[in-house]
Amino acid sequence: MDEGRALFVQIAEQVEASVLDGTLEEGERAPSTNELAAFHRINPATAAKGINLLVDRGILVKRRGLGMFVADGAREVLRAERRRQFADHHIAPMLAEAGVLGLDVETVVELIRARGVPGRGAG
Amino acid sequence: MNAVIEVDGVTRRYRSTTALDAVSVRFEKDVIHGLLGRNGAGKTTLMSMITAQEWPSSGGVRVFGQHPHENEQVLPRICFVREEQQYIDDARASHAFAAAAMAFPRWDQEFAEQLAADFKVPEKTRIKKMSRGQRSAVGVIIGLASRAEVTFFDEPYMGLDAVARQLFYDRLLADYAEHPRTIVLSSHLIDEIAHLIEHVVLLDEGRVVLDEPVEQLRDRAVTLVGRADAVGELTAGRTVLQHEAMGRTARTTVLGGLDDGERRRAGELDLDLLPVSLQQLVVHLTSKAEQHGQSGQREQHERNA
Repeated sequence: MDEGRALFVQIAEQVEASVLDGTLEEGERAPSTNELAAFHRINPATAAKGINLLVDRGILVKRRGLGMFVADGAREVLRAERRRQFADHHIAPMLAEAGVLGLDVETVVELIRARGVPGRGAG
Repeated sequence: MNAVIEVDGVTRRYRSTTALDAVSVRFEKDVIHGLLGRNGAGKTTLMSMITAQEWPSSGGVRVFGQHPHENEQVLPRICFVREEQQYIDDARASHAFAAAAMAFPRWDQEFAEQLAADFKVPEKTRIKKMSRGQRSAVGVIIGLASRAEVTFFDEPYMGLDAVARQLFYDRLLADYAEHPRTIVLSSHLIDEIAHLIEHVVLLDEGRVVLDEPVEQLRDRAVTLVGRADAVGELTAGRTVLQHEAMGRTARTTVLGGLDDGERRRAGELDLDLLPVSLQQLVVHLTSKAEQHGQSGQREQHERNA
């Protein structure tokens, strides 16, 4: 696993990624602390911390005696959040690299267009 | 938190050497701890003290709030798996398991047999005639199947190959999840156990140099990589654990975390910030004492006091 961020944050992010790409659907049972611990070979307390992070943010809800479930609307919450972070997380590093290479913004935009716009076909 | 083991100011001297020097440490209930340190740091002595196999020269040990020595209220609830466990001459694995079944009230025979099959422990071979790895497996199985409320594994891996060690970690995590208990793992294979443990205690030359949740270690040290002048700007005045330079590029590891302002500045200076792994931190904290001799250790100790 990537050592860059705290392990429990990475666990939370992996669950988020599953919700975002639909591997885990809203209303579906999320992996338990012990399942996550066994799968990632980590201490259950670390897995629990990751889960709690998602509960605090309303992505997962606890149903007493049944376990953790993906909350209704969780996917949209995550998508909105990721959209807000998109510029910081993806565009800023891209522009930094473009600067090092001497590519101006126009060229970068051209390169993006040449790739096609996702969801509308590659053209 | 709820400490099941309390060690207060324990010192243990052997003739001219001091194996433990005023060690005070607590082990919390139902937590997996890593007990780390170099050879001779005092790990085995500390575990022997807690499990009532040795007496402290001074200071006190309490387990479940009681003195463990010759205490029948305490001893059946503690399991200590040693690196080179001794068994009775003709004993086979089944005999060792039978003895463990008598010693430990929570012993799970079915689990022991399952583990023996998983680790491929031969049924008919005497333990003495087994390979080192098979002997280690017998110890590991007793440690797991005893389900003792407090279980120590002192370097239980000698001779176990990578596959068998992974099997041990997997079974340990799974069984701990089902039956939470206090586990103390002593190991040199720090990278292998770093994600298994919740709390780390690091001994160096008989003293505690680190005693905290693994999660907090991230703030203990940081490595900065980038242009040497920029790295120098942010590391000035800090305790440098390690420094390498190559041309105008430098990589410097310093004690302590960075605050938000410093992180922003690191971003402006285009520096890479790398977390320091548990293994790296342990190497830094325990080899420093060697470089600087006695005075270095004392500084280290005072900083942590």
